[in-house]
Amino acid sequence: MGSTGEGFGRRDLIKRSAALGLISVPTMSFLSACASGGEDTTKGPDKGAVSKENPFGVAKGGKMDVVVFKGGFGDDYAKAWEAAFDKKWGTTSSHLGTQEITGKLQTRFNGGNPPDVVDNSGAQKIKLDVLFKSNQLADLTPVLDAPSLDDPAKTVRDTLIAGTVEQGTQGGKFVSLNYVYTVYGFWYSGKLFKEKGWTPPKTWDEFLAVCAKAKEAGLGGLAHQGKYPYYINVVIMDLIAKKGGLEAMKAIDNLEPNAFEGNAAALAAVEAVYEVVEKDLLLPGTNGLTHTESQTAWNQYKAAFIPSGSWLENEQLKQTPDDFDMQFLPVPLLADSKLPFEAIRAGAGEPFIVPEKAANKAGGLEFIRSMLSREWSTIFAQQANSLTVVKDGVDPGVKLRPGTQSAVTALKAAGTNTFNYLYPDWYSEMDTAIQDASNELMAKRIQPKEWIKRAQAAVNKAAQDPNAKNNRRS
Amino acid sequence: MSQVVRGRGRAGFIAGFLLAPLALYLTFVIWPYVQTFGYSFTNWTGQSPTFDFVGVDNYSALMKDEVFRGALWNNLLLLVFVPVVTILLALFFAFMVNAGGRGGAGGVQGVAGSRLYKVVYFFPQVLSLAILAVLFGAVYRTDEGGLLNGVLIRLGIVDRLHPIEWLNEPRLVLWCLLLVVVWHGVGFYLVLFSAAMQSVPKDIYEAALLDGAGRAQTFFKVTLPLLWDSVQTSAVYLGIAAMDMFVLVSTMTSGQFGGGPDHHSEVMATVLMRNFLYFGKSGYACAMGVVMLVLTMILSVITLRATRRERIEF
Repeated sequence: MGSTGEGFGRRDLIKRSAALGLISVPTMSFLSACASGGEDTTKGPDKGAVSKENPFGVAKGGKMDVVVFKGGFGDDYAKAWEAAFDKKWGTTSSHLGTQEITGKLQTRFNGGNPPDVVDNSGAQKIKLDVLFKSNQLADLTPVLDAPSLDDPAKTVRDTLIAGTVEQGTQGGKFVSLNYVYTVYGFWYSGKLFKEKGWTPPKTWDEFLAVCAKAKEAGLGGLAHQGKYPYYINVVIMDLIAKKGGLEAMKAIDNLEPNAFEGNAAALAAVEAVYEVVEKDLLLPGTNGLTHTESQTAWNQYKAAFIPSGSWLENEQLKQTPDDFDMQFLPVPLLADSKLPFEAIRAGAGEPFIVPEKAANKAGGLEFIRSMLSREWSTIFAQQANSLTVVKDGVDPGVKLRPGTQSAVTALKAAGTNTFNYLYPDWYSEMDTAIQDASNELMAKRIQPKEWIKRAQAAVNKAAQDPNAKNNRRS
Repeated sequence: MSQVVRGRGRAGFIAGFLLAPLALYLTFVIWPYVQTFGYSFTNWTGQSPTFDFVGVDNYSALMKDEVFRGALWNNLLLLVFVPVVTILLALFFAFMVNAGGRGGAGGVQGVAGSRLYKVVYFFPQVLSLAILAVLFGAVYRTDEGGLLNGVLIRLGIVDRLHPIEWLNEPRLVLWCLLLVVVWHGVGFYLVLFSAAMQSVPKDIYEAALLDGAGRAQTFFKVTLPLLWDSVQTSAVYLGIAAMDMFVLVSTMTSGQFGGGPDHHSEVMATVLMRNFLYFGKSGYACAMGVVMLVLTMILSVITLRATRRERIEF
């Protein structure tokens, strides 16, 4: 094998193309993703006549394009909805259930031909704040003011659980319907607690005591989904809200310069969580486990508590033993808390949106209105084992599983004492930075004071966002 | 026909064939680059066709971005270690498999069972990166259910209550990832080097043997110089892998598109992706893309220059 010295040597060619590859391969995939299409002119369908039964003027026999996140709730419920919608309006629905919302839809938003309704959820959702800033979201206020399908004398707004509208508001506009009603807190096995003779704790000290007893029994006290610090953040943030009251929560959402720094409630909350770490009451290894791994370990009675939202039961359906008796526990209280023990974070999740440039925007709005009927809400409860934001929206005939039932009970006990943070929807970057800090805290690599410093730095950075001044809550 | 005419005719002939691929290349590679360059001067969110021109703001912000600088440093570390470790191991194994054995009667052959080793070493290469991530996810799992922790706990080296949090340990995470890449790559380069070694005439080895060269001397004085071209090409290919790393880091480590814990395993691609898709700073991400392009260009030039050597004809 020798080189001939004229023309291209084979190896030279290979080497040159390899060098070219070195330049192009790593960058190419990302860069080509940057290419955006031009703005297409969207041609609207024929409008139907606006009437009391048809407040948005849906054209009969049109097309509907529905994209839903196919996650913990599956997408059977959406198929059932589409069938119902098609039957009523003579439309032809196309359905897509996917986990890759961004991957499937980003180019469509850029190209000006988005679907008519999107369930924008999951890890790969398109961030709402980003869509909103780009004027891609239709204002859903007309749906709120339209008559309810169950009782034309009421508006849709009257049939919603309090807080739904606030949760879906960006910069003063109602742009996303967070459809699934979720409560957040700790979860435990009723069976395990009965067996060991533990009582569900109401204060943080009692909580630590149960964790200590669990440790003596050879179990972990607290499990958390360490690879996703989102979950432990729920505990920290709920402790802050309960100790400092709604003012402390609003200070964070409103990006106050003293949201964390100089806020005694925040420091107390972080120190409380850090106590679990210091006293070595975590499930061993939990800091690096995924949500599935840690939740399954908890289902196997390896830990007493785990934080999560009420989707947990549906998510763990297959891993939960039949006699597990999943139970919800509001985050226990620190001393001198402003909110009562029963207070819980509760809020609407699973945001449904109608794109501003949807081809059949009227159809999209009507679809949202139909979702808020009792009929569709019951379909969802049956197919997805979860509650919706429609007040009393489930036929009493539907029997609930123990976890969901305990969540409903907790919600009743909480009454008006529910709260919910909005910053994760408003400021993705700040949320991520605080999660990073929590991950460090749980791994004992930073102290509570450092956590406060980093969280405040994230808040201050978010406050520089020009959009921040539109996001105020009072 | 004169030499010149023949050369020109050949170039035209080649160019004719290259026209279609060139057009494709221009449309799908070069044009996006140009677009990216344009976007890097805007505040494009990635979700809308409208954006404003912001000049070099993105680039000046990038200068101050500690996360991106950390990612760049990690990429450079990987750029050094991935090629060096992989090539050294692959060379060693290839040598042992092809010429490391000492047969009877002065023949040159591999160690016993070398055929089997060649196949076994190649196994990891046929696994896709996604499978690799799942596989090593189980190896590095942070509780006693993990392969490494499970073994270490059984052996009594690690306390059951405080298992090692491999990928959640700032000091370990990058090296854990490095191991995955090396494990995955060695087999392929072993086969590549084996093929190159087999094209080296046996008589050269036999001459070295007759002169009394040991294994080490044979390797450094005969094998390595004759393999230099292959090593050089491998280094460039592995450089590509080291500059990318996106799939492994984003699937195996914590954080949006990976990079955790606390940015300790961040590479440029993960930072880019997070800003592009999650934070809605696509213009800024495009600026990162341009920086990546410039860096990789410089690096590939340096690599090719630094490894240039006189070719040994045989």
